[in-house]
Amino acid sequence: MTVPSVAERSGLDIDAPPVLSVRGLWKVFGPKAESVVGSSLTRKELKEQTGCVAAVRDVSFEVRRGEVFVVMGLSGSGKSTLVRCLTRLIEPTAGEVLLDGEDVRKADHRRLRELRRHRMAMVFQHFGLLPHRCVLDNVAFGLEIRGVAKQDRYARAREVVALVGLNGFENSYPDQLSGGMQQRVGLARALAADPEVLLFDEPFSALDPLIRREMQNEVIRLHHEVGKTMVFITHDLAEALKLGDRILIMRDGELVQVGTPDQVVGAPADDYVRDFVSDVPRSHVLTLRWIMRPPQSGEPLDGPELGPDVVIRDAVHAVLSADRPVRVTDGGSLLGVVTSAEMLEVIAGGQDR
Amino acid sequence: MTAASATTSFAARLPARRYLVALVIAFWAAGWVLLRGRDTLALGGAELTPLHSWLNAAMDAIDDSRNSNPIFLYFINYIRLFLDEAVTFVQALISQPAMDRPLPVLGWLGVVGLATAIALLYGNVRVALLTAAGFLSFGVLGLWQESMDTLALTLTAVALSLAVGVPLGVWAGLSDRFHRLVTPVLDFMQTMPTFVYLAPLTLFFLIGPASATVATMIYAIPPAIRITAHGIRQVSPDTLEAGASLGATSAQALRHVRLPMARQTIIVGVNQTIMAALSMATIAALIDAPGLGQTVLKALQTLDVGTAFNAGLAIVIMAVVLDRVTSAASRRVEAARRAGRLRTVRGRRLEVAGVLGVAAVLGYLSYTYVWAAEFPIEANLGSYVRRAADAVSLWAQDNLVAYTDIVKNLLTNGLLNPFQTVLAGSPWWLVTAVAVAVALLVGSARAALVTAVGLLLVVVLGLWQDSMVTLASTLVATVLVMLLGMVAGVWMGRSDRADMVLRPVLDAGQTMPAFVYLVPILGLFGPTRFTAIIAAVVFAAPVAIKLVAEGIRGVSATTVEAATSAGASTWQLISKVQLPMARSAVTLAASQGLIYVLSMVVVGGLVGAGALGYDVVAGFSQHQLRGKGLAAGIAIVVLGIVLDRVMRAATQRADQAAHGGSHQH
Repeated sequence: MTVPSVAERSGLDIDAPPVLSVRGLWKVFGPKAESVVGSSLTRKELKEQTGCVAAVRDVSFEVRRGEVFVVMGLSGSGKSTLVRCLTRLIEPTAGEVLLDGEDVRKADHRRLRELRRHRMAMVFQHFGLLPHRCVLDNVAFGLEIRGVAKQDRYARAREVVALVGLNGFENSYPDQLSGGMQQRVGLARALAADPEVLLFDEPFSALDPLIRREMQNEVIRLHHEVGKTMVFITHDLAEALKLGDRILIMRDGELVQVGTPDQVVGAPADDYVRDFVSDVPRSHVLTLRWIMRPPQSGEPLDGPELGPDVVIRDAVHAVLSADRPVRVTDGGSLLGVVTSAEMLEVIAGGQDR
Repeated sequence: MTAASATTSFAARLPARRYLVALVIAFWAAGWVLLRGRDTLALGGAELTPLHSWLNAAMDAIDDSRNSNPIFLYFINYIRLFLDEAVTFVQALISQPAMDRPLPVLGWLGVVGLATAIALLYGNVRVALLTAAGFLSFGVLGLWQESMDTLALTLTAVALSLAVGVPLGVWAGLSDRFHRLVTPVLDFMQTMPTFVYLAPLTLFFLIGPASATVATMIYAIPPAIRITAHGIRQVSPDTLEAGASLGATSAQALRHVRLPMARQTIIVGVNQTIMAALSMATIAALIDAPGLGQTVLKALQTLDVGTAFNAGLAIVIMAVVLDRVTSAASRRVEAARRAGRLRTVRGRRLEVAGVLGVAAVLGYLSYTYVWAAEFPIEANLGSYVRRAADAVSLWAQDNLVAYTDIVKNLLTNGLLNPFQTVLAGSPWWLVTAVAVAVALLVGSARAALVTAVGLLLVVVLGLWQDSMVTLASTLVATVLVMLLGMVAGVWMGRSDRADMVLRPVLDAGQTMPAFVYLVPILGLFGPTRFTAIIAAVVFAAPVAIKLVAEGIRGVSATTVEAATSAGASTWQLISKVQLPMARSAVTLAASQGLIYVLSMVVVGGLVGAGALGYDVVAGFSQHQLRGKGLAAGIAIVVLGIVLDRVMRAATQRADQAAHGGSHQH
């Protein structure tokens, strides 16, 4: 079966240079960390022989402009370390982090601060708000430390506060707000600087499920409205599938697979990923492209038409109610057909292919 | 494999160790019976060893070089002058005649007005009223000038302590290296019994305000540094990281994140610094610091319970007022934050202007008119208080003497005398050998080495028997402290109601300057060794109780619930779950209790404890005993270090054993 490429699925321009490009990134904690770089020992062997822990091992990926790039993994997989390496909140041990072609690792302190103040902003799991400042002052904090005049920064802060839906809470203090609202403040604070890249470190893990869903939708909405590039860390597969244009799956500090949600679910790179995605209802993620087949001779080819990127779930009604195979077409050319047999197999049959 | 077998063999040796200790003790008892009274190195009260004479001569030499040695001329003398001037300046403001006036610049009305205004502006109406009442009561007790002297000394020392302590604390909060460097120094400053460094200080800063200020600062700076550093350190790493991710420089992170978030903690540090300074400013009366401490000290020396009580009451009132005002100020930081923008800046400015205006008017009145400057004699009720206290003390001594005597005799004959007889009655080499063996068995080789060196040092200092007598009292007091600590601590840790009742009492006990305890205890038990022990217990018990309670509370609720659901009775719960799990807190309580008890040894010397405490006290007052007093001070420190090290080693060993034991399963 052919695996669809990202370009076919999303409208992103893959020829444009990536915003963020990570090459051969390592982060090793422990004595003589540099000497561990390049080692192929397992995590346990490494710990026993060198006393080091490799939190990130030889990870490379690129994030395109305007993309929501999700890094997913269980706790201890190194994903939070990875995102912190991007702005050197944790100093990487080896590798390159290029932001618009500029190596972040080579930046001196002053340059790094400029980078953090203007180009990358982060949203944290535990919010990291200043308890002694009201919402407006929290949101304006980033502008304040880069020296924006009071009037200007309050004007901008008010704008962003409105953007994240916190109107009327400008003068509240963080501990007077619910968790979801506190995270909106965190979000607003990151947006206030108008950065090129927004980094999210498990921003909704500390929230309860209903609020989490609300906040996810909020991120989707903001992404539509402001179109920022986002790197989003999560341990929640459903969240990754929901938000991600592409998903990077990590295990024990290593990159296991990078791909679109349907690639991850439809073509897991190994048993680990397969196991991971086994509970995902495939019909919710896979598109018709994944189940279409070449038309057999004699089949009527005058049934309804659907695009290849229609999610199976959304095509169920059309396919099942048609009395002949549904044609999957792209720009007029016939890619294949789908019948109720293929639909039922994926819905009912489920996991093993 | 090897680790497992090592723990197994270790566990197998454990019971044997216990028997060995028992054997050593039995050996000691046998040795005492056979060798009683031999080589006990007794030294009479006025007797001196060559070392003591040499120390005397050395101190005289330092005295003589005061105006010739460059260190004195260009360094110490300037510090002394500065401190003397600083204290004298504050005294001129509020307590002593100054500037060609027969009275201080601010009279009672002005001081009361200013203090109340400060309490109102930084605290609230309630503490402002308390402040007014408290300050007025100094005059009512007939101790206005003494109180103002104490206040002047305390405030000067606090201002200097904070000026030094807060910046150092911020530094220690930011730099791990400096924190590591400064922690043992602070430990030493805090564990060293306060009375011990009083006498040596007078060598360099002479008797009077300068020495008193330095002594007070030594005692008051550690909490300022520690608590500030703690406040800076406890700032949530999440928030700091968020600041860093926004590109904050370290200076910005300090100004906008760390300091504001640590502000409340730092004010708690100010509170602790003030309390420590007040307590030490009273004690500094021993080196002729002016103020209430003098009054108490003189009264104690003449066994005048009434006068001591009267002045003690003034000290307590001052402690309560200062404590409440600073506590309210730290809560106000929180409240001010809450109120946020609701209150206008203008309203606050008006309030400040109004309150300060009234205070200024009162100040002017007290500057100009005698009636507002000198506290009216007609309002002096001190003599009534004194007489009442005397009467109560007499009554108690007459009527309660039967009961107090029972307690006193029971403890004296049952616990104190046997301890003292065995410790002070055995040959010094036998005691040393036994102590080293015990340190080796319950602690470590290193602890044994420290014990050997320490005890030999005591012998060299020529104060062996005095040290053993003091050690006996110290051990008895520590045992009592731990008994109290365990019982009250467990109760407090298990019951919220007990906590609510006991905590304020303990807080009061801790904030009250040490002198004050002595007064009622002296009234009840008269001047004996026993009085000193009770005073030490009262001083040390609050710390021990709090630490034990903290430990019991720290035991995970899940574990307690699991044990309860397994059907454990209350007693089983305490003895099998809560106490074992709180063991590190209990041992910490024991070592802290011990250190507190030791620091009261000198105070005990004032009320008839004799031995090292008396040697130190005598050194203050008698010139030819200065060297001996210094030696006694060193001996107290040495004893403290030895006991502390052995206790720590024993704790460590017990922890390791528990750890190894749990690994085996």
